[in-house]
Formats: sequence, C-alpha cells, structure tokens
Amino acid sequence: MNIVVLVKLVPDLVEELNIDPSGAALDMSWLRLIINEFDDHAIEQAILLKERGGGQVTIVAPEYEGVDEVLFTAAAKGADRLIKLSGDASAGSAQVFVAANNHALARACAAVIKELQPDLVLTGVQANNDLDGPLGPTLAECLGMPYVGYISGVTVSDGKVTARKEYPGGLIAEMEVKLPAVLGIQAAEQPPRYVAVSKVRMVMKTAAIEERAADALDPSGGPAVGRMFQPEAAVHAEMITGSPDEVADKLVSIFKEAGVL
Amino acid sequence: MSQDIFVVIEHLRGQVADISYVMLAAAGELSKGIGGNVIAVLLGNKAEGLAGNFAAVQVLYLDHPALADFTSDAYQKALAGLISEKQPRAVLFGNTSIGADVASGLSIKLGLPLVSSCRSFGADGKFVSQICGGKIMAEGDLPSPTALVTMVPGGYKPEAGQSAQPPALTRLEVAGLDALRVSLAKYIEPEAGDVDIAKEPLLIAVGRGIQQQDNIQLAEDLAQAMGGVVCGSRPVIDQGWLATSRLVGKSGKHVKPKVYLAMGISGAPEHAEAITDSDVIIAINTDPKAPIFDIAKFGTEIDLFDLIDPLIAKVRAAKGG
Ligand SMILES: Cc1cc2nc3c(=O)[nH]c(=O)nc-3n(C[C@H](O)[C@H](O)[C@H](O)COP(=O)(O)OP(=O)(O)OC[C@H]3O[C@@H](n4cnc5c(N)ncnc54)[C@H](O)[C@@H]3O)c2cc1C
Ligand SMILES: Nc1ncnc2c1ncn2[C@@H]1O[C@H](COP(=O)(O)O)[C@@H](O)[C@H]1O
Repeated sequence: MNIVVLVKLVPDLVEELNIDPSGAALDMSWLRLIINEFDDHAIEQAILLKERGGGQVTIVAPEYEGVDEVLFTAAAKGADRLIKLSGDASAGSAQVFVAANNHALARACAAVIKELQPDLVLTGVQANNDLDGPLGPTLAECLGMPYVGYISGVTVSDGKVTARKEYPGGLIAEMEVKLPAVLGIQAAEQPPRYVAVSKVRMVMKTAAIEERAADALDPSGGPAVGRMFQPEAAVHAEMITGSPDEVADKLVSIFKEAGVL
Repeated sequence: MSQDIFVVIEHLRGQVADISYVMLAAAGELSKGIGGNVIAVLLGNKAEGLAGNFAAVQVLYLDHPALADFTSDAYQKALAGLISEKQPRAVLFGNTSIGADVASGLSIKLGLPLVSSCRSFGADGKFVSQICGGKIMAEGDLPSPTALVTMVPGGYKPEAGQSAQPPALTRLEVAGLDALRVSLAKYIEPEAGDVDIAKEPLLIAVGRGIQQQDNIQLAEDLAQAMGGVVCGSRPVIDQGWLATSRLVGKSGKHVKPKVYLAMGISGAPEHAEAITDSDVIIAINTDPKAPIFDIAKFGTEIDLFDLIDPLIAKVRAAKGG
C-alpha cells in the first residue's frame, strides 16, 4: 500500500489578519503559517493505515516558510518519505505557494504525485483559505482518480477502500471507492498524535527532504478577487467589561432575563 | 450559452436539504442582477416528488438508478454532460458533503472557473465569499463563461427559495453512468445520545479554548449549577472529550436554545450556521476579533478560566437566594 499525503500550510487564524495595499489579498509579510488542521488529520489517518496494514507513507508539500518542520514532524510520527515542491526561486520560493490558488497547487502537485504511483492519496477536506474549492477533489481530477470527501474513517481491502463519509447530524455513508483514489479527510479515527520536539529534532538528523522543482504555476480556473475585507457585522455583541466578578454578575442577570435561571 | 442559473438540488434520503432553498433564493437574487432564469437541477431516482416547492421556473430532472443515492462519481458524470450541453451562466452547489465533492472535479474536467464558500451575490452579480474561518470576505466578478459556485448558508433565508407554484418538470435522459468507481455500501445512523441538544433550552458550549480534557469538568460544574447541558465544537468532539451526540455545527446538530453560552469558541462558519436560531448567544472569547461576537447578543473578552469560578459561585448564590 503506497499512501501519499498532500499537505499545505495556511494562515494561523489566531494571529491578526491584514489586507495588503492592493486591497485584494491577505498581507503576507506578517502572516504566520501553520499546517492545515485537516491535513494533520490526513497524516494521522495515513499512519494509522500503515500501522494496521503496512505500506509506505509519503508526505508531499509545496514549499512554505516552516514547511521543513512540518515534514520532519510527520516523519517523527512515522512517515517514510518527505517531498518538498519548490517554486521559482527568483520569485522567493517560500512565497510563491502562499499566493497560489488550489487549481495551481493541484496541477503542480499532481505532476509529482503521479510519478509516485500511489494507491491512495489523502489530504484535508478543506483549508481556511480555499477560494476555488478544496485541494483534494481538484487534485483527484488532475490525476484521473475518484474523490470522496468529508471522511472520518478509512479501511482498505483488496483493491478498494471503504470510507466513512459524514453527512449533517452525525449520519455516515459508507462509500466503497476503487483504488487508486483521493480522499478528503475531515477527521482521523483518533486525534493527531503528539510528538515531542526532541523526537522531531532527532529525526531531522536522519530524515531527508527530497526537493522537486515545480513547473510554472497555472492558476486558471480560480476566480479573480477584486476586493478583500474584514466583515463589518450589522450588529456586534454588546460587550461586557469589568472584573470577573462584575462580568459574572451581569451574566447572571442576563440568564435571569432570558428565563434560564 | 445562456444567462440561466442552475441550482443543483441537494437531498438525502428523501429530504431536501435547507441549503437547496438557500441556493434557490441566491439564484433568484443573482438573476435580478444578471438576467436569466433560475433552473433547479434534480438528480435522483423516482425523486420527482421532491420538486414541488422550488422557487424556479423549471426543474431539469436527471433520473437514473445510479443516482438513487448521492455518490460523487455518478453525480459528477451526470452533471458534466448536462453543463456542457446547456452552458448556463452559473451553476450553484452547496459547499457541503455533496456539492464540494463534485464542483472541483467539474471545474478541471470542463475547464470552467470555480468560486467556493460564496455567501451572497451583489446586485451587479459579484460574488462575496467567506474565508479564513469567517474573518475575511473576498469579492469579485462572477467568472466566465460558466461560473461554478459552492454556497455556504447565512446569506439568504431558505423560505425565500420556496414557492407555492410547482415549477415545470422536464425529465432528461442520462448517459455514461457506467464504470463507476464509487458506490454506497450503507448508511450508518447517528449514535443516539443521552440527551438531544437540539431540544435543550440552556446549552453550555465549549471550544478549543477549553484547552484540555480535565477542564471540561468546569463546564460540567457550571451546567450542573444552572440546570443546563454541555455541548461543544468539532475540535472538542474530535479529541474525544465529549460524545459525538454533543457536537454543534454543520456536521453535528443545529440547536435553538433560549441561551447558548459559547466559551472558547471562535464562531467559524461551520459552527455559526448551527446556532443562529438561538434566542440569546453569549460569547466568552479572549480574541476581540473572533467572528462569534458578530452573531452573539452579549460578549466578553475575559479569559474563560478567570470567569468560570466566580460565575459558578454567583449562579449558585442566585439559585440559593
Ligand atoms: C466540513 C467541515 C465540517 C465542520 N463541522 C463542524 C461542526 O459541525 N461543528 C464545529 O464546531 N466545527 C465544525 N468544523 C470545524 C470548524 O471549521 C472549526 O475548525 C471549529 O468550529 C473551530 O472550533 P473552535 O471554535 O472550538 O476552535 P478555534 O477556532 O480554535 O477557536 C478557539 C477560540 O477560543 C478562544 N480562546 C482561547 N483561549 C481562551 C480563553 N482562555 N478564554 C476565552 N477564549 C479563549 C480563542 O480566541 C479562539 O477564538 C467543520 C469543518 C469542516 C471542514
Ligand atoms: N499534535 C502534535 N503533533 C506533533 N507535533 C506537534 C503537535 N502539537 C505541537 N507540535 C509541535 O511541537 C512543537 C511545540 O508545540 P507547542 O509547544 O505545543 O506549541 C511545535 O513545533 C509544534 O509544531
């Protein structure tokens, strides 16, 4: 079983987000990037499949600031092979992919992933900066593979995969998918495992990141953005300030007024 | 090539999903801006009975045994044929477990542009999409020639997509649904919980801000003091800190309590869409820019760990006195 996990980094929403002077994009200069949390689940699901049924797990990621640490962390969890897709160095390699849309990323990554001849490709079901659909189904079509998303459980047996697809309200559809296939992971069967920083450091000494140069990016199929802005809500919450005791007092009176106390 | 706006109706086990009506409402607005007719596209098998109340001038009905239940492969193949033949101006899908599985593949296969997470359309036909967990909006011209669009709820009321007048229904032949690579094995019913959070009047909701499993007890203590029930956001449920039956949101339950007290929840769209029917939302979140404050009636930026003990004490005092 040859499993490939495609990972991208996304803005950390805990940090302040700003619009750049063009008014049509996020300001990259202060952006802190972290692994897309659903990609982290995809890594976990791949490692679980390997632990259960054997095989090889290869992580593929476009180059971003901080991507090496993400790749080494995956290796410390049990990934066998790490591949980094590098962009046009003259444009500032680590910046190229932050601004790329998923159509461009999918085409670039498909070229590399095709060579790996995977049985199964896992990636996060979506990412917080998707504006032209999620990466997974776009990649699947580029590879000519079937795609099923919103997955929270995967079993593999003789040439097909059984994937638990989530619908609203907790309903699950068990989908049988012919291999090779791409799955969009919503949640791994267990929370992504923690690995100590010391273990990641040790892996860094032995694991190697293979670099592949990406062809020129082709973003066609993604929309052009004319304006980005922070939503100005029609109504904003009435904010309660003061000491914890004062705020607690106010909340108690709100509870009483609402008839729940 | 036409100016028509297609809406791919989502339905599951005989039930039309609310997002379908939201999209019909959106298409109605869009058609005012750019012209064209609103046309519902229904895929199914013996499913024509679902089409009676769509706010559309016409229903194109693709009837085939392979479309009896949603599978990405069959839906995508059926829609590829229809879209390339009819060349509408836009096709709306839900940004859901159904729509998001097929829209991207169609974009690559047909070479058509795709906009995701669209919440509303401007009068001039511009799309407005919601990204970065609801913290950023992106606006742009509806791309040409046929814009594939996945829609999130929140911009339109489902009622606005319903009509008392049944639209005309045209049954179309579907070809090419062989050699399918995805099939439905079975549905697995949701686990029944000890309580149904959709029916509870007081919900104490915890999010990632609760930090660790041990801290869930703080929320339980508050819930017990008040006579409420604890529920949570997806990260809390995925960690196994609360049962799946306590999940609030897109993949969990829609709730409508008298009071929804959200502690350490950012208010990401997938969570927010399921709580807006609450009478009063109160948000405790240290990030003043958290989107939850845009839907809450009351909010405070106090650290939940500083607030919860005094709050429990005051609730107990209020109950005792
Ligand atoms: C297909 C799909 C379906 C999904 N379905 C659901 C769903 O059904 N339900 C759901 O909830 N999510 C769902 N999600 C996930 C959703 O996108 C968000 O990731 C999730 O809602 C975030 O949960 P959160 O608010 O608890 O965490 P975060 O977004 O990480 O927010 C934590 C918040 O806590 C605040 N905080 C931290 N410490 C403190 C403190 N000490 N005191 C006060 N505040 C603090 C922070 O400021 C932050 O705003 C879904 C995602 C996808 C892709
Ligand atoms: N669940 C996890 N699995 C693997 N590595 C993690 C995990 N959580 C945090 N890390 C890494 O551990 C380091 C320290 O994390 P922290 O101190 O929790 O911010 C960072 O480099 C993180 O990328």
